[in-house]
Amino acid sequence: MTRWLALTLANVMRQGTSLCRAMAIEIDIAHVARLARLDLDEDQLAHYGAQLDAIVAYAAEVQAVDTSDIPEMSHPMGMENSFRDDVVVPSLDRDQVLEMAPAQEDGAFLVPPSLGDEAEEGDES
Amino acid sequence: MTWAPVVGIEVHVELRTLSKMFCGCAVSFGGAPNTNVCPTCLALPGALPVPNRTALDSIVAIGLALNCDINEHSIFHRKNYFYTDLPKNYQISQFDLPIATDGWLEVDTGEGPRRIRIERAHMEEDTGKSTHVGEGGRIHTAEKTLVDFNRAGTPLVEIVSRPDIHSAVEARAYAQELRALVVELGVSDARMEEGSIRFDANVSIRPHGDSELGTKVEIKNMNSFRSLERAVDHEIGRQIGAMEAGKPIVQETRHWDEAGGLTTSMRGKEGSSDYRYFPDPDLVPLRIDEEWIERIRGTLPELPSTRRQRYLGQGLDSHSAGVLASSDADLRSLHDDAVASGADPTASANWITGEITAWMRRTETEPGDLDLDGARLAEMVGMVADGDLSASAAKDVLDGVLSGEGGPREVAEARDLIQVSDRAAVSEIVGSVLADNPEAVARYRDGEHKVVGFLVGQVMRASGGKADPQLANELLRAQLSG
Ligand SMILES: [Zn+2]
Repeated sequence: MTRWLALTLANVMRQGTSLCRAMAIEIDIAHVARLARLDLDEDQLAHYGAQLDAIVAYAAEVQAVDTSDIPEMSHPMGMENSFRDDVVVPSLDRDQVLEMAPAQEDGAFLVPPSLGDEAEEGDES
Repeated sequence: MTWAPVVGIEVHVELRTLSKMFCGCAVSFGGAPNTNVCPTCLALPGALPVPNRTALDSIVAIGLALNCDINEHSIFHRKNYFYTDLPKNYQISQFDLPIATDGWLEVDTGEGPRRIRIERAHMEEDTGKSTHVGEGGRIHTAEKTLVDFNRAGTPLVEIVSRPDIHSAVEARAYAQELRALVVELGVSDARMEEGSIRFDANVSIRPHGDSELGTKVEIKNMNSFRSLERAVDHEIGRQIGAMEAGKPIVQETRHWDEAGGLTTSMRGKEGSSDYRYFPDPDLVPLRIDEEWIERIRGTLPELPSTRRQRYLGQGLDSHSAGVLASSDADLRSLHDDAVASGADPTASANWITGEITAWMRRTETEPGDLDLDGARLAEMVGMVADGDLSASAAKDVLDGVLSGEGGPREVAEARDLIQVSDRAAVSEIVGSVLADNPEAVARYRDGEHKVVGFLVGQVMRASGGKADPQLANELLRAQLSG
């Protein structure tokens, strides 16, 4: 759960830099929980909401540092262009793969039919 | 009020690499389920993605062919959402730093070429495939879902146009041009029926002359160029109908129903912030430098739009240039060889896109199996231009040549189809026809000039069909007025 909240926060920070700076940001904790498919009750919403507020406040402190001369960075390591050649390597044995799944049928993973409002027919991409 | 449609198209192209985008599993269509999967494409804990160099070469080629800027710095993002066929619960994609931006593709619907601007082309991975089992195979009525991850992680390039398309016909032309381009580049099979190229359309309307865009609706599930055109056309009509009835257009995704010929609502479209994009910490940044770009530029083939320009330069009209430019490679080299052998380009193109294509269809012959080279086509085109063959005799000659009877002159002589265009010879026949038809001559001299048609017929008959009818006409009129 913390992972999802943190990831969401990372995004909020990226997109809301100026807001963070002004400390005007309000996290819609219920919305964030819904996106992460977390069923939080009122107490939990208040509990995690307060924690996120604290994290955002900390982020605002970081945002206050003048970084205008420092290029934006997407990765902590000074690496770029790490690639592989287009070569096929053997895949896993299917029986072994499907054994890990709670249910299988006809060589496929068997899952319940619907995943709520975000489910749609076909692929998402 | 008249309405102006505004259409943008998003295209997903599966690349034809040997292995997947971030792992070494084979890319294959139609294999047994879950046979091309590994820890990376199944998202098992600890597995790390490593980008496929060839896939990146391919997107650079696509970007260059679409006249885009190839950005020196780009990165991969995670696009987060939940779905059964997305094992990681995120798709590796690109967000604000894509590989290619700001290009254009030239499209010609027969009314002259127009540039459709390209917003971006970015790299991402495909999802797996879900099969909904139960009544109707639809998710709403399904009892269970089967998931196959063979396709998960296949390299996918998404190409997004600007909303520069103004009609359903133009949407189709854009899609066809783009497909021809990726096929020409050799980066994708681009088979719509197999889903290796997929088109979604964003459609809105606005009052004619307005610059503000209307509410856009995304339509999905078009599996042929025809269905893309129908779907866009239908959606434009639906929106105009709604606006004129005073109903607001809702921003949403709609599903094209091919059998019903209409679009139906799927759900409200999520805002992009709901995907919670953030840089993928598992993947280091990309730096595509000048050297890389120039290496790919050096491998680019002649593209359909460049080729069309070349044909227009040869004097072909816009329609023929377009048809020939997008036709089979064997037919194009037949044309190029014929022109190199001295054929008139317009005549060569007309024969290829007309009679030769019809003959291939009739005999179920593939372009590569045609028994015709550029020199022979040029010879035949030359015989028609010189008056040795009439247009109708040339069709017989072509049939003979394609059936393996020899070169055009050989066939024309063997089938006795050489046209008599020698003035003296035709003049002699004209003289005898006039002598044999005094009544017709008298009528002509009385002002009934249409009788010349009858006399041309007589000359043709007397010559066994071999006289040049135009010459016969000219000589008849000369002798009748003399
Ligand atoms: Zn794999």
